[in-house]
Amino acid sequence: MDLQIFWFCLIGLLWAGYFLLEGFDFGVGMLLPFLPRDERERGVMFETIGPVWDGNEVWLVVAGAATFAAFPAWYATMFSGFYLALLLVLFFLIIRVVSFEWREKSESPVWREIWMWANTVGSFGAALIWGIGLSSLLYGVPINSDGDFTGNLLDLFRPYTVAAGVAVVLLFAFHGATFLTRRTTGDLCERAAAAARRLAIPAAAVATLALVWTVVVAVDRNDKDLFPPLLPAALGIAALAFAVYFIFARRSGAAFTMTALGTVLFVATLFTSLYPRVMVSSTDFANSLTIDSASSSHYALAVMTVVALVITPLVLLYQGWTYYVFRHRLGGDEHAADPVELVARKTGA
Amino acid sequence: MVVASTAVDLARVQFAMTSLYHFLFVPLTLGLAPLVAVMQTLWYRSGDEAWLRLTRFFGTLLLINFAIGVATGLVQEFQFGMNWSIYSEYVGDVFGAPLAIEGLAAFFLEATFLGLWIFGWNRLSRGVHLATIWLVALGTWLSALFIMVANSWMQRPVGSTVTDGRAELTSVWELLTNRFAIWAIAHVILVGLTTAAMVIFGVSCWHLLRRRNMDLFRRAAKLSLIVAVPVSAVNLALGSHLGVVVTEYQPMKIAATEALWDTEQPASFSIFQIGGFSVDDQTPSFDIEIPRLLSFLATGSFSGEVQGMNRLQSEYEQRYGRGENYIPPVRTTYWSMRIMAYVGTLIFLVAALGAFLYWRGRLDRTRWFLWLGVFSIALPWVSALAGWVLTEVGRQPWIVFGLLKTADANSPSVTPWTIGLSIGVLATLYLALAVVDFVLMRRYATVDPPEPVGEGGEEALPAAGY
Repeated sequence: MDLQIFWFCLIGLLWAGYFLLEGFDFGVGMLLPFLPRDERERGVMFETIGPVWDGNEVWLVVAGAATFAAFPAWYATMFSGFYLALLLVLFFLIIRVVSFEWREKSESPVWREIWMWANTVGSFGAALIWGIGLSSLLYGVPINSDGDFTGNLLDLFRPYTVAAGVAVVLLFAFHGATFLTRRTTGDLCERAAAAARRLAIPAAAVATLALVWTVVVAVDRNDKDLFPPLLPAALGIAALAFAVYFIFARRSGAAFTMTALGTVLFVATLFTSLYPRVMVSSTDFANSLTIDSASSSHYALAVMTVVALVITPLVLLYQGWTYYVFRHRLGGDEHAADPVELVARKTGA
Repeated sequence: MVVASTAVDLARVQFAMTSLYHFLFVPLTLGLAPLVAVMQTLWYRSGDEAWLRLTRFFGTLLLINFAIGVATGLVQEFQFGMNWSIYSEYVGDVFGAPLAIEGLAAFFLEATFLGLWIFGWNRLSRGVHLATIWLVALGTWLSALFIMVANSWMQRPVGSTVTDGRAELTSVWELLTNRFAIWAIAHVILVGLTTAAMVIFGVSCWHLLRRRNMDLFRRAAKLSLIVAVPVSAVNLALGSHLGVVVTEYQPMKIAATEALWDTEQPASFSIFQIGGFSVDDQTPSFDIEIPRLLSFLATGSFSGEVQGMNRLQSEYEQRYGRGENYIPPVRTTYWSMRIMAYVGTLIFLVAALGAFLYWRGRLDRTRWFLWLGVFSIALPWVSALAGWVLTEVGRQPWIVFGLLKTADANSPSVTPWTIGLSIGVLATLYLALAVVDFVLMRRYATVDPPEPVGEGGEEALPAAGY
């Protein structure tokens, strides 16, 4: 297999991993203002993702760095071209990242409210822009014959890309709600299930629309045949249909498996539709960047392939183990005591 | 601030701003992670609860600091492509590899095991839990390693050739064993340890001044001095040796740093000078010099020849093309090197005096020195940031030494207005984060360390929850 194909698939996989894992983190973040009845429940929701969100975000960091290393021209054109969109993403991700650590460093309700909203806004914003950004790679943006982006921020906002962005937001919210049904107990768990039932049909419907539209765009604007893009799209639609069924059948484990699958297949559909290009040019199709024109040398790819093949299994192993360690449901009495409150009480601070 | 009118100037301003800001948090993480691990190990081995309390106390500072380091690290990764697309395309083959490996080998490790450490106090066995903080420390060091490999390639591009207008990796072994990289990695890790040790020392001094938790913070002070004295001393020697390495590969950087216009043998070291910083004004109006010292610092021999900027400029014109100025900003490099070295020396002196007072049992009674210890917390940052200014400004006009100029490397599709906007957004955000971070750090550095709840710490509080 060509190393270019391997790295294109690996980057697709990294994005899929990011969507799968950070997807439910974002979903939990989006639901923060709506699900919990009190501060304690909010704390429980934060804690469901507390031990894992940082590791989940590394999937994005590695996807970015892998693009830089394996397809420098893709990285250069995408990151300079999507400048303002990425600036927004950075803003959303930064306020969200610090919210985890900072929120509970003070007991002031206003303070806690601020950082909760930082997390929620950050989750919504980042999810929306990633959906719009990734689908823009396929829909096409103005790229000249030097491979430079010549458009502006508005070129990213097309009916299709906005639909894809909204689909990602809804998908993550749904995915986050099913995640919470697996990680919480009692009343909070029931409200999470209710939220999942409310989100299920809109999320599945909009995601189905976006998936079908993706295949149409692939055929229409990226010179693809119906097959293979139709395959992941159809499987994705099926997975989401099953997710809807299972959530109404009150089978939360199966529902979570299906939202996870649906999220992964959403990314798979985008990348299958994109191949062998990495960025379609709307100026002239011939200006599109391809995995061959944008890639690094064979030697560099070979070195990184060896590294990736050695390290990735280890990462999967210890990240998987983390999820095993923190598999217990949260929300019982053990969390009645807020550690910071305890500290404050002890120290009189 | 310089009024920057062109896209490349603005891109440089943004890079300087975001990178220096990011490096406010990096060295503390690099040093505090292993030192907290040491504290936890001392508790694990002795069962002495004091070390558990110190682990928790300094662990909280580590976490507050770590969060903002992660957040600003994202900007670092994105902005190469955003502001420097020509650079990115030119170097991705070589420079991208260590970045990708950093993500896979280091970031996953530190992020995952930090989560396990924070939330694992009651879920993992003590031994496994201790291992998680050591793995976090390993992750931070690996991250520093790969970043310094990448940066050192910009200083001294090895293991690569230029084909079709872009650099291609030819030997990953040469890339990793770049002499520049090996010394720079050691240097940056020792900077991290020095920073964390001085923070632990300064915080301990503050608590000793208040005369509370004396036993606890005497121990923390002792630990920090055991680290700070030898590490800051070794780092002075190591930094000085790095100067010899730089002289070999980037003689212009050293000449500019020393404001040395004419080649000298032997060369004297200028301790302080007024004037003499530009082509039109090559002779300082006032200076204090130590004979032969520069020869020693730059070449390792007291009679070595050190090349001046005038000769190097004509050499570079022959090698890289006429009509260009190959001299980096002299005043900036001259002073950044001196701030780095003088403050670095001061750190060693403070630590050494602290160790002396501790040894004589007079540390907690010498109040003026305890106050000095508190304010010395700032010193490692002054020194480290000056060091980065020296490294990066001294490489100018090159972005990759000898291969690509900074002025040719920015994104052609990004307008000055766009960069200006992003500088505005990031500066505002960073300022707000800095204020919050400072308030939180101060607050959690000055509270009494929490007593563990329950017996033997089993039911103890998490170091900090999210």
